[in-house]
Amino acid sequence: MHKEQFNSRNVNNGYYLVDIEDYPQDGWGKFKRVVRRTLRGELFVGLWVVLREMIKFDIHTIEYPLEKMPIGPRYRAVHEMKRLWESDTERCIGCGLCEKICISDCIRMDTRIDENSRKEVSQYTINLGRCIFCGYCAEVCPELAITHGGEYENASEQREHFIMYEDMLTPIDTMKAGKQLEFEGFGAITPHEDERVKKTPLAY
Amino acid sequence: MSKITMNIDGKAVQTQEGETILNAARANNIFIPAICYLTRCSPTLACRICLVEADGKQVYACNAKAKEGMSVTTKTQTIETERRAIMEVYDVNHPLQCGVCDQSGECELQNYTLEMGVDSQSYAIKDIDRSSKDWGHLHYDAGLCIVCERCVTVCKDMIGDNALKTVARGGDSIADTYKESMPKDAYSMWNKLNKSIIGLTSGQEMLDCTSCGECAAVCPVGALVDTQFIYKSNAWELQQIPATCGHCSAGCQIMYDVKHTSVSNPEDKIYRVMNEWNYVSLCGAGRYGFDYENRVASKDETAFAKAIEAFKKADTIEFTSTITNEEALILQKLKEKYSYKLVNKEAKSFQTFLKYYSEISGTSLYGSDLKAAHDSNFVISVGAALKSDNPNARYAFNNSMTLNKGAALYFHPVGDPVIEGMGKSIMSVNHAPLQEEAVLYLILDLFADKSKLPTSVAKYLASFHSEKTITVEETIKEEIFEMVKEKKVNKETGEEEEVEVKKSKMVPKKVSKEVQVDENRLLQIVGVNSTFEEELEKNLKKKDSFALIVGEDLYGHPQAKNLARLVALIEKYSDLKLTLIPPLTNSLGVALICELDDAKGSFTIGYNTKANFTLSALGDGDLDMPSINQQEGTLTSINKRVNPTNAALVYHGYELNDIANALGLNAQNVIQYTAKLPLNKGFEAKDFDSLPNRYENDGTEVRGYVLQAQAVSVSSDENVEPLSEDSLKGTLIYRANPVRQFSEFTHKATNLDEKSGIYMSEAYLAKMGLHEGDRVKVASKYGEIVVPIVSDNKITGEIAMLPTFDLKLNSEAVFGDYRFAAASIEKV
Repeated sequence: MHKEQFNSRNVNNGYYLVDIEDYPQDGWGKFKRVVRRTLRGELFVGLWVVLREMIKFDIHTIEYPLEKMPIGPRYRAVHEMKRLWESDTERCIGCGLCEKICISDCIRMDTRIDENSRKEVSQYTINLGRCIFCGYCAEVCPELAITHGGEYENASEQREHFIMYEDMLTPIDTMKAGKQLEFEGFGAITPHEDERVKKTPLAY
Repeated sequence: MSKITMNIDGKAVQTQEGETILNAARANNIFIPAICYLTRCSPTLACRICLVEADGKQVYACNAKAKEGMSVTTKTQTIETERRAIMEVYDVNHPLQCGVCDQSGECELQNYTLEMGVDSQSYAIKDIDRSSKDWGHLHYDAGLCIVCERCVTVCKDMIGDNALKTVARGGDSIADTYKESMPKDAYSMWNKLNKSIIGLTSGQEMLDCTSCGECAAVCPVGALVDTQFIYKSNAWELQQIPATCGHCSAGCQIMYDVKHTSVSNPEDKIYRVMNEWNYVSLCGAGRYGFDYENRVASKDETAFAKAIEAFKKADTIEFTSTITNEEALILQKLKEKYSYKLVNKEAKSFQTFLKYYSEISGTSLYGSDLKAAHDSNFVISVGAALKSDNPNARYAFNNSMTLNKGAALYFHPVGDPVIEGMGKSIMSVNHAPLQEEAVLYLILDLFADKSKLPTSVAKYLASFHSEKTITVEETIKEEIFEMVKEKKVNKETGEEEEVEVKKSKMVPKKVSKEVQVDENRLLQIVGVNSTFEEELEKNLKKKDSFALIVGEDLYGHPQAKNLARLVALIEKYSDLKLTLIPPLTNSLGVALICELDDAKGSFTIGYNTKANFTLSALGDGDLDMPSINQQEGTLTSINKRVNPTNAALVYHGYELNDIANALGLNAQNVIQYTAKLPLNKGFEAKDFDSLPNRYENDGTEVRGYVLQAQAVSVSSDENVEPLSEDSLKGTLIYRANPVRQFSEFTHKATNLDEKSGIYMSEAYLAKMGLHEGDRVKVASKYGEIVVPIVSDNKITGEIAMLPTFDLKLNSEAVFGDYRFAAASIEKV
């Protein structure tokens, strides 16, 4: 075993605080911030672009909030957790491969043994502040449990709110209604899979 | 043993005579696959995958001995076919849920399946119900088991518990067609595998062993798992910190497996302890007693200021030996600077014993180590409750017997079914307490070269011998003749007729005769049974290497000086290789580094022991200190090795070095003292960072460095005092811990759940009319305590054991220096 890493006694782990102005705490400070942000020159740049396109009368955009473009199956938006068709329980077995493969090291999970002596995932988190939506987690998942969804309309004060475990998991009523969408992106089973597999003999 | 040269895959390889082909190959970095073989254990021959071709003949590399000029090929067409078939067999019915297996990729089944390129299955058999079982601290998943029998082998050959065995599996037998179609070795290996599964020797549903967990460590798949670790973490998430176990003097190399505590708590936590099980075997304390760290949030400045004040006021520092060499050196330097008295009872008695020993031996250290005990074929243990005092010494004791066809002598007043259960060639002698002296005289008498012994000693030994005439009954075979009628065919007539034939026959006959025999009164004093001499003679046949393990009982013995001199005489004038068991983790280091005093002064600072001002790594003192798993430093082991240990967990508080710096010493890190350890005691001036901590492929221990024994001037006086035949009378108590417990640190570990109280054998409890859980008053001439009773089936006889791992029991109060004491035990 190499011991270099233990011989370095520099305990500073490489993190440092970025020099950011503190958020205003009082009402006057907040008001000043609003004024400063609102009355910036950039506002008029945006307004001019819209005005310019409007007077050209050559508009190709769809009426976005009312109309939406279809999303391809390989689109990688915020993650989803799927359920089993047979039992409606979570597909995730807690193997930890997504945690291992994640190149931005943003997935963490806690596992434990449950009352039925099965492996249970007691905590599962994805740090969206770090996630680069590479799709490796969905690709490596042996159970097709974690996938990328098509949901791109996210709005919240914190990115973490997009990825509450309860929200990622297919809602039980959608599941009961048989409306869980199967993922067709990376890692999904291809057609003709049966022909590629060498069969194991069975003595039954 | 001489060196021989052989050829493996075209590479010239040097090895020892008598070494197996597999070990020779491994030592030279040549890969031969092997699943069931464990270094230091006997070959099991269950997997048959180590098949190689030696001089044109197929042999199993784990079993076949290397010969001069031998030529070995590790891979041929047939061997590869066999190996692939074997791996296919192992994969038959093996579950594919690797995602939820605790082996998490550290799986030899996976590795070899890929190595042999198994991409399809040709064999099948109906599976039977193989549900998993909870065996207490271990969990056995029979479904994952490949019956390599490594667990059984290690338990028998190394640990000596014999707690596991193979039991019948039941179910279908292999289809006949396979006999023709399968490679031969794969078929016979499957045949064996298909008949067995692992079970408990006791036939119970719960393991009742010394709970070392070595079986789970050696398991190549996830079949045997520590219950505390099930589904806790994947192996690849854990960072391995190489360290030295801080619980006893064996100083085993261990790896702390560390990861953040949980999603919400980023602080590191130790999840498990791993070991290089081919070269070092752990005990339950080392494996499961890892969470004894002292978590401190920040530096407590007021407590620190108080500590400095206390140090200025104090005249004594009292401490236990669960500290590193560097800390011991700091204490010694403080003593030199401020003339503190250093008090450490157990290290002091060890130090004194070593001093008396050196007077005759001429060296500062005992001559041998546990490796020699492993390699010898006759081991004697005196004065140690071997299984709990130093589990590694016990493994050496057992291993020498199983692997070298050895025998052993175990002298101890407390009967030990674990030791006795190790094998038939163990002779266990339960002598009376205080009779260790007689035992040493007996060993001297039996093993020393009397022509070289000092005349007075030889004469004294001779005085125990007398001639006596006894009548022995002997069975001899006598030839007698008798006439037997036989039917024979007459060749001339062709008819059958009866003929009388004279036949001789050997008939056993008993005769009694009178013989002159030598009577040894020492045997009588030690109290051996009548068959002892006969058995010993039998056990000593074909033995050529001997080892002697001496334990803590002797250091506090009233006649310690005489005992030490006797031990030195035994080492000097016999072939016995001597190892002394240091009483606690670093007693040897402390004994070498510190000048210890006997009496305490008026104001005492205690380090890990209660005093006027207490520094404690247990978290209950006036100022917190880091525990061994939070510190860097070195520990001196029983094998006279200075082993480095790294910090597995962070420690945010003050350490001894901070106090030393405040008191005028100067070192940025405590490890700066590593190079300053006293050279005249055998230490080397080596930097901590340069100390390695690993094993080589051939099993060579590359850890720290070995202490150099220093020459000590000897007096020509080699006389020893005659033995005193005193022995303790009445109800006896013994100061010893149960297996897996050594100190308050093991007590703090959550996975070690030994009950605290007075340990009594089941038979003794029945005789006294007491029950487990009763509270009794134990009173001796030193003091009295009230403690609960714990029933212990791992001891026999009528001596009660009082442990020291729970300081609340205050069991030190009823003992003097000697580990035995006469006491009264009354129910309250």
